[in-house]
Amino acid sequence: MMAEESRKSRPRFKKRSLLYSDSRFGRFRRWREKLIELLLFLSAFASVAITFMIGFILIVESIEFFKVVSIWEFLTDTEWTPLFAEPRYGILVLLSGTVVTSFVALAVAIPIGSIVAIYLSEYASSRVREAVKPVLELLSAVPTVVYGYFALLFITPLLQRLNDEIPGFNMLSAGLAMGIMIIPYVSSLSEDAMRAVPMYLREGSYAMGATRLQTALKVVFPAAFSGITAAYILAISRAVGETMIVAIAAGLQPNLTFNPLDSASTITSYIVQVTLGDLPHGSIGYQTIFAAGLTLMCVTLFFNVLGHYLRRRFREIY
Amino acid sequence: MVNSSIYPVKAEVKSLNFYYGQVHALKNINLQIPEKKVVALIGPSGCGKTTLLRCFNRMHDLYPGHTYSGEIVLHPDEVNVLSKDVDPIEVRMRISMVFQKPNPFPKSIYENVAYGLRVRGIRRRSILDEHVERALRSAALWDEVKDRLHSMAFNLSGGQQQRLCIARALAIDPELILFDEPTSALDPIATAKIEELTNELKKEVSIIIVTHNMQQAARISDYTAFMYMGELIEYDETGKIFTKPSKKLTEEYITGHFG
Repeated sequence: MMAEESRKSRPRFKKRSLLYSDSRFGRFRRWREKLIELLLFLSAFASVAITFMIGFILIVESIEFFKVVSIWEFLTDTEWTPLFAEPRYGILVLLSGTVVTSFVALAVAIPIGSIVAIYLSEYASSRVREAVKPVLELLSAVPTVVYGYFALLFITPLLQRLNDEIPGFNMLSAGLAMGIMIIPYVSSLSEDAMRAVPMYLREGSYAMGATRLQTALKVVFPAAFSGITAAYILAISRAVGETMIVAIAAGLQPNLTFNPLDSASTITSYIVQVTLGDLPHGSIGYQTIFAAGLTLMCVTLFFNVLGHYLRRRFREIY
Repeated sequence: MVNSSIYPVKAEVKSLNFYYGQVHALKNINLQIPEKKVVALIGPSGCGKTTLLRCFNRMHDLYPGHTYSGEIVLHPDEVNVLSKDVDPIEVRMRISMVFQKPNPFPKSIYENVAYGLRVRGIRRRSILDEHVERALRSAALWDEVKDRLHSMAFNLSGGQQQRLCIARALAIDPELILFDEPTSALDPIATAKIEELTNELKKEVSIIIVTHNMQQAARISDYTAFMYMGELIEYDETGKIFTKPSKKLTEEYITGHFG
């Protein structure tokens, strides 16, 4: 109360020193600032710490695994049969499934997503854009288990009608469903990046006599490239980490193949398959989960670092 | 008005009216642009000078709600560039523009200058090389960049970037160049270079320049148009406008009473 009154009676320029120095009010203020800073720091720290903890656990459990199986064997063996009487541990088998399904998904999502982004950002009127964008984003709101059955019960029969030798479980249909799911990730982020390109750059292009398409492809797209790269990298990470669709529609046979028409198991679908069983804690079969998980994390880490590098390399200067 | 004495005429603005939605931004503008001269458009902010400039290459077509009526006739073939039957891209192939802020594309110096040619479908390396060199020379930039034509345009200084944009505008051999306050983002030395450049360029091409800076208009232009609240108040030889303007409003503006 005292502080309050003296504050009023003093001239204005004194206020600041009073607030931040000796009054009780000032001390409370400073203390509160410190507290807020601490809370903000802790929440930032928590996400970093959790990431490191996950990495730590993956590495610790994998070390136990690699005491039994050499890294060389893990990386070069062409069979993945950890639960058989004569176990083999070739991660390439699962990696091939991940690579093929992701490749199919990206072959769908990146071209379509980019085209949608160019349309929404450069061609569509604001009315159309406002209407289309939320609907498109609904695609990624559909639960992945629904996509899984969509692939298995709709896309696969469709493919089989074209070629009746395609097995009921195959990586192509899982990859296609995954691609559809990922389209909005690509289109939405790419569109944001393209719309952030300042209008004066577009005007420069139009003033040179360029058409809309030339402006979009030759000026806006390259100018937004770093943001578009971020969208692509996110799409890759999403595809590599996708679990449910491949577990349902791609089959769960570990199979070293690069033919999308085969059925195969991916790293993620292997993990989900094994966790559903009743493996004893601490057994070598149990530890394969962590070795596979570590591999997956290395792959996504690689893409994130690549994305970071590309973003810096092609950072736009407006 | 000086209109009768302007000869030869490059472009003729006839009863041009312009609206931003409901706002009547240009009111019945009539103006003749002489060939191979510099015309300055001056006036206080919001008077419509940039709006008028952007009518020449139909930049307003990019924005819904920008509507206009009237004619801008380009000589010698007397084509009305504002006509609905005329493709704005055709217009922009003949009339190029330099913007207020240097806006090089995210490409190399060479590709920036070659952009207008590539857009026209020219692929022959020899033709591109020749045009790029000539344009960079005309923009007084060649000596500074000839050893790094393939480095990114963003690495240039602001003044160099603006001269690059001028080179880009020149590379397509335009008949008329529109300058929209080209020096407002530049320091005095870079500004002086660009002013010098306009003097050289007018030997080859007609120029319209919008400027906030009255000294600049006095220094570089042959004719000056003073605009106020969407109307063309006075248009005459630059010397006359700045020494003995015939309208009271013009005199008040150039002597600094408002604006």
